[in-house]
Amino acid sequence: MTSRTPERPSAQSTVATPARPAVRPAEAVIIAPGIAVRGHLITRGPIRREGPAKLTGDARYADDLVFPGAWYGATIRSNLARARFLALELDPGFDWSTVVVVTAADIPGEPLMGAVKGLTPDQPVLVPVGGDIQHHSEPLALIAAPDRRTLRAARRAATVRTEPLPPVFDPLDSDKVFVSHDVVAGDLAAGFAAADMVLEGEYRMGHQEQLYIENQAMIAVPTDDGGVTVHGSLQCPYYVHPALMRALAIDARQARVVQAETGGGFGGKEEYPSLLAIHASLLALKCHRPVRMIYERHEDIAATTKRHPAVVRHRTGVLRDGTLVAQEIEVILDGGAYCTLSPVVLGRSTTHAGGPYRCPNVRITSRAVRTNTPPNGAFRGFGAPQVIFPVETHLNRIAEALGISPLEIRRRNVYRLGDVTPTGQVLSSSVAGLEVLERAAEAVDFDAARAVTHRARLTGQGWDAVATSPLRSPVRASASGIGIALAWHGCGFTGSGELRYNSIVTIELDATGQVRVLAANTEMGQGTRTILPMIAAQALGIPSDEVEYAPQDTALVPNSGPTVASRTAAIVGGLLVNAARKLRAEVEARNDGRSFARVYREDAARHGASRASDQFKPFPGQPFDEHAFTGDPYPAWGWAACAARVDVDLDTGEVAVREVVAVDDAGVVIHPILAEGQVEGGTLQAVGYATIEEMKVQDGRYLNDRLSTYLIPTAVDAPRITAIMVEAPFDGVPHGAKGLGEMPMDVGAPAVIAAIHDATGIWIDRLPATPERVLAGLTASAGANESGRPGSGGHDRPGGRP
Amino acid sequence: MTAIRFLVNGAPVELEAPGMRRLLDVLREDLGLTGTKEGCGEGECGACSVILDGDVVDSCLIPACQVDGRIIRTVEGLAALTPDGRILDDLQAAFLATGGAQCGICTPGMLLAARVYLDAGGGPDEDAIREAIAGNLCRCTGYTKIVEAIALAAETGRRPAGA
Amino acid sequence: MPVEPPVETPRDLAEAFRLMALSPRTPIAGGTDLMVRITGEIGSPPDQVLDLSRLEELRGIALEDGRLTLGALTTYAEIRRSGLVARSLPVLAEAAATVGAVQIQNRGTLGGNIANASPAGDTLPLLLALEAVIEVGGARGERSIPADQFWIAYRTTALAPDELVLRVRIPLVEARQVRFRKVGTRRAQAISKVVLALAWEQADRKDRWSHVRLALGSVADRPIRARSTELYLEGSRATLETADGAAETVAAEIRPIDDVRSTADYRRQVTARILHRIIRDAGGW
Ligand SMILES: Cc1cc2nc3c(=O)[nH]c(=O)nc-3n(C[C@H](O)[C@H](O)[C@H](O)COP(=O)(O)OP(=O)(O)OC[C@H]3O[C@@H](n4cnc5c(N)ncnc54)[C@H](O)[C@@H]3O)c2cc1C
Ligand code: FES
Ligand code: FES
Repeated sequence: MTSRTPERPSAQSTVATPARPAVRPAEAVIIAPGIAVRGHLITRGPIRREGPAKLTGDARYADDLVFPGAWYGATIRSNLARARFLALELDPGFDWSTVVVVTAADIPGEPLMGAVKGLTPDQPVLVPVGGDIQHHSEPLALIAAPDRRTLRAARRAATVRTEPLPPVFDPLDSDKVFVSHDVVAGDLAAGFAAADMVLEGEYRMGHQEQLYIENQAMIAVPTDDGGVTVHGSLQCPYYVHPALMRALAIDARQARVVQAETGGGFGGKEEYPSLLAIHASLLALKCHRPVRMIYERHEDIAATTKRHPAVVRHRTGVLRDGTLVAQEIEVILDGGAYCTLSPVVLGRSTTHAGGPYRCPNVRITSRAVRTNTPPNGAFRGFGAPQVIFPVETHLNRIAEALGISPLEIRRRNVYRLGDVTPTGQVLSSSVAGLEVLERAAEAVDFDAARAVTHRARLTGQGWDAVATSPLRSPVRASASGIGIALAWHGCGFTGSGELRYNSIVTIELDATGQVRVLAANTEMGQGTRTILPMIAAQALGIPSDEVEYAPQDTALVPNSGPTVASRTAAIVGGLLVNAARKLRAEVEARNDGRSFARVYREDAARHGASRASDQFKPFPGQPFDEHAFTGDPYPAWGWAACAARVDVDLDTGEVAVREVVAVDDAGVVIHPILAEGQVEGGTLQAVGYATIEEMKVQDGRYLNDRLSTYLIPTAVDAPRITAIMVEAPFDGVPHGAKGLGEMPMDVGAPAVIAAIHDATGIWIDRLPATPERVLAGLTASAGANESGRPGSGGHDRPGGRP
Repeated sequence: MTAIRFLVNGAPVELEAPGMRRLLDVLREDLGLTGTKEGCGEGECGACSVILDGDVVDSCLIPACQVDGRIIRTVEGLAALTPDGRILDDLQAAFLATGGAQCGICTPGMLLAARVYLDAGGGPDEDAIREAIAGNLCRCTGYTKIVEAIALAAETGRRPAGA
Repeated sequence: MPVEPPVETPRDLAEAFRLMALSPRTPIAGGTDLMVRITGEIGSPPDQVLDLSRLEELRGIALEDGRLTLGALTTYAEIRRSGLVARSLPVLAEAAATVGAVQIQNRGTLGGNIANASPAGDTLPLLLALEAVIEVGGARGERSIPADQFWIAYRTTALAPDELVLRVRIPLVEARQVRFRKVGTRRAQAISKVVLALAWEQADRKDRWSHVRLALGSVADRPIRARSTELYLEGSRATLETADGAAETVAAEIRPIDDVRSTADYRRQVTARILHRIIRDAGGW
C-alpha cells in the first residue's frame, strides 16, 4: 500500500504483517538456478516458485513453446445462433491437398462431450453435417495448414451452408431445463403470515467474461503409439485426459496432457480446454504433425464460456426488528446452448441463495435452462455471485424500509454457531460471519461514514441535490457513498463432488533424496506451486524450499482432482498433509525415531525411493442428498465481508469505486502475500462485474468480443483494496484451510451497489451498474421528487436511520 | 521483404522481414524472444509492451519498418547479465518481494511500463504509478501489489547506491 | 495472424508525394489505428502502405503568426510534454491526456486522429471548436481546409486519395475560454461515448459570450459543430436559464445512435448535462 491515502484502516491482518518489504542492496543472493537478486529480498513467506521465471520472461506459456514443423489450426464456426448445418462447401479453386480439414465424420470416438464425469454428454465436438447448430460461433469444422497464409486462404475457401431455425434467447422463454432443484425448510406460509412486512424484488445479471490475459491455447503432438500429447493453457489436466480418450478412442497411456505455464484461468480454463484439446488432436492425428491452436482474443471471447446470466426473484417476510421469518427465492440460470457445467453451477447457486442468514421458513426453487448462446460455464464464484448480489441487495432494501442500518440487520440475522441452514446442515464449527462483518465495518468506520453521507442528504447536498430534470446538471457534481456486504462460500465441491473424484495425492522421497509433491493441481497465478510444497514441508518438518512440485503432466502425477472450487489449499492440501505425515512416520520409524528433517537424505541413500499417498475420504457430517438437496452440501463454509466507497458522477452516472476493504476467512492463511493477492484480484473482478463489465448480446452473438469493447478495470479504475484475513480453522482437514479464491468475487458487487445507493438513493437491480443505468435511475428519482413523491425508481424511499 | 537493423537488449540484430510485420512477431517468432506476450493484438492490453528508444509502446502496433535503426528493450533485457548468471533489477526484485506477479502473463509488459516510469524519475506516488501502467491490463492482482512493487522500486532506486 | 501488405518508407516529403501520386497508398503514422486494421478482423486491411514515420517535415510544434502549428506526426506524448502547448493552449494537452494510455500516447499522432476520421476521435471536436485549419498536400500542391469542412461523411474526409495531412494550425485568441470533456466507459484506454469541446470569447467574466463554438464527438456519424446551440449561446450570459435552454437545444439538435458502447438516450442526456455543467461552472452558481 502506498501513498494514495496515508491512513490504512486500523484493522490489521491476523497474519504477521511486518513493515513494507524492502530490497536491501548487498551481495547477490541466488534465488533460482542462474538467477540472483542483490541483497536480501525482504518479503512475507517464501517467494513464488515460478516468480523468477515470470519476471525474466523465461516462463513458457503454450504459445511460447516451439514444436518444429508444427502446423497452425483454425476453427470454422457458425454465424447463426440456431440453424441446420446443411453443408461445408470447399471451393474447388483452392488446392485442398495442402491442408487438412476435419469434420465430425473424422471423430474416431464419441461425437458428444460432457464437461465432467457424471454429466450427460450433449455437446458435439463438431456439429455434423445435417445436425443442428445451437449457438453462434459453434465449431463446425477444423482446418490445419503448414503456415498462416495458407490457413487464411483455406478458411476463406471454405463456406458453410445453413438453414436458420428459430432461436431462444430469453431464459424465461426456454423450454429446456437442464436441471432444477426445490429446497424447502420450515413452513413458508406460516412464515409470511407472521411477518410484519413482505418485500419482493427481481434482480438480473448478465454474462461476465473471465478475461484471462492469455487466450486459450493448445498444441497437440501426435505420438508413435497412435496417441497424442497436448500441451496447453489449462486448469484441469484430468478433465482433458478422459475427454481425449473418449473422443479419440485411445487409451489412458495414449493420451497425455501437459500443462504449460498458464496465464490466468478464473474458471474459463476449467472445461473449455477439453474441447480445444480434442480439436487440436483431431487435426494433429490427421496431418501427422504437431498442430498449434492459439485463439485470438475475439475468437476467445466469441466462443468460450462466460459466467451464467441469471434472474433471481426474492419474496421475503421480516419482523419489524429486521428478523427474517420467510424467504421465497427463485433462481434461473441461463445455461447457454449445452449443459456443460450448469448443473454444478446451479447446485452452488441453490445452496447459497438465502445468503449467510438464519431463516426458519425457506423455499428455494432453481433451474438452469437452455438458450441459444454459447454455453456458460465456470467463473470464479461459480453461481454464488449471481445469488449473493440479489440476497444482499434485497436485504438492504428491507433494512431501508424498516429504518434499520444495513450493518444492524446483518448482525441480527447472520448465522451463528449451531444454526441450521435450509438444507438442514447444522453449522457446528468455523462460523465467522459476524466476525468478518464486524472487521469490515470497523476497518471503514462504517457507522460514522454512513452518518456523513446521511448528513449530506439532510442538508440538501445529498440525494436532493441529485434531483434534477434529465437535461440539467445537479447542484453538486458528485456524491459519495459507502456500502457493505456479507457472504458465505461453501468449501470445495457441492455435495458428493469430492466423492466422485476420489482424489489422490502422492508425496515421494526419491532415491537422490529429493522430496516431491505429486498432484495434478495447476498453477495459474493463484499460487498452487508455492503453497502445496509449503504445506508438505510443514508436515514433514523441513524448509519449504526442500520440497519440489512435480510438473502437471498426466504421465507423471496422479489425479488429485481439478483445480477449481477453491479446493486446492483445503481439500488437496489436506490429503497432502496426510500423505506427508505417512511418509514422515515411515521414515522416522526406520531411523530410530530421528526426525525426518535430519535423516531423510540419508534414508533415501540407504533405502531408495519412498512414496506415500492419501486418497479422499468423506468428511464426517450428514451425507448430502443430491436429489432432495438436503444434508451438508459442504464440509465447511468460508465467510467474507466487503465494504466499498464510491463516488458517483451526478452528471454522467459514472461510478468510481475509490476504496474496498475485503475481509475473508479462509480457515487458515498459508501464505499471506498469495492470500492477499487472491483477495485483491477477486475484488477487482467483482468491481468490474458491478460497474463496467457488460456483455452485449444481439441475436445470440456477443457484440463486444474484443478488448476495445469488453472493458475490464485498468489500474486507474481500480480502487485501493485492503485485504484483511480472518482465520476460523476448519477441523475436518488437518491444516484447517477452507479455500479463499472465490469469496472476494461474491461480496464485491453488492457492496458497490449498496454504496451507489448510499450516495444517490437509487437501487440498481441489474448488474452491471453502467452509467446508462445509474443515470436513468438518477433522473427517474428526480422525476419522482418533482412530482412530490420521493422515490427511487419505484422503490421505497428510506426512512431515517435508527 | 526489407532489411531491418536494430538493437535488442544491447545486441545488434539484422534480419529480412516484411516491413509491415508486427514487431511483436519479429521478437517472438523471428528472434525467439517469447518474453513479450500477446493478449489482444490491438493495443488494448499492453502485454506486448516493449521499450522503443526509451518510450513504452505496444509491439503489436509497430510495423517492423519503423524499428529500423532503433533501440529496443524487452523483458529479457532487464536483468543484468553476469558470468555467473543474471541479477534481477530493482523492479523485478520488488515484484518478487511484494507478489506483483501472479499468472505472470501481464508481467513483462507491466515491468517495461514501470521501468520507463522509473527511468523518467517517477516516484512512489500511487496515482502517478497507476497512470503509468493504465495501458497494461492485469486480471489477477487487482493491481494492488503491482503498484506496491513499483513504489518499492522507486524508493530503493532513490536511496544512494550501496546504502 | 495479421496480413503483411507491402510498405515503402520515403525519406522526405517530396518522395512521399511522388509515391502517393503513383498509386493510392494507405499512410501509416503511429499505426495505432492502422495496425489494428491489418489483423483483418475489422474492416479490410490495406493493399499497400506508405510509412510516414521518417518525414521530419511533418514533426514539430511551433508558434507562427499567432497560430499554434502542429506537424501531422506530433504525438499525444509530445503535446503533453510541450511547454509551448502548456503556455498557449493547455486544453490541447488536457485532451491529449485522455487518449488511450501511455503506449498509445507515445505513438498515436494528431495527423492520424484527423485522417482516421472516427466519429469518436477525441481531438476532433477540439479542433472544430478552436476553428483549426488542416493543411494537406500532395504532388499537386498544398491547400488549407478549415476543420468544419474536413470530416464530410462517416469516416470520410476532404483529403484526395493522393494527399497527406501535413499540419494543423490553431488560431490563438486572447479572450477565448475553452472547455473539453470526454465521457468514456472507464478512466483510461476508453473510446468516448461523448466528447465535447466548447469555446467562447469573453473579456470579462461578467460579459456576454461571443464567438461561441460547440463541437461534439460520438453523437453523429462524424465529429460535428452544434450550430443551433452555438446560436442560442451567442450573446448570452452564463445563467441557469441559459444553461437550461442550451441543454435543451443541444439535446434536440443531435441524433446519436445506440451502439456497443452506449445508447442514444444516454449520449443525448449526457451531452446536455455536461454542457449545462460547464455553463454552471462558468457562471459560478
Ligand atoms: C488501445 C487504443 C486506444 C485508443 N484510444 C483512443 C482515444 O482515447 N481517443 C482517440 O481519439 N483515439 C484513440 N485511439 C485511436 C488512435 O490512437 C488515434 O486515432 C491516433 O491519433 C491515430 O494516430 P496514428 O498516428 O497512430 O494513426 P495511424 O494508425 O498511423 O493512421 C490512422 C489513419 O490515418 C491515416 N493517416 C495517418 N496519418 C496520416 C497523414 N499524415 N495523412 C493522411 N493520412 C494519414 C492512415 O492511413 C490511417 O487510415 C486508440 C487506439 C488504440 C489502439
Ligand atoms: S497484444 Fe499488444 S496491446 Fe494487447
Ligand atoms: S498477473 Fe495475471 S494478468 Fe497480471
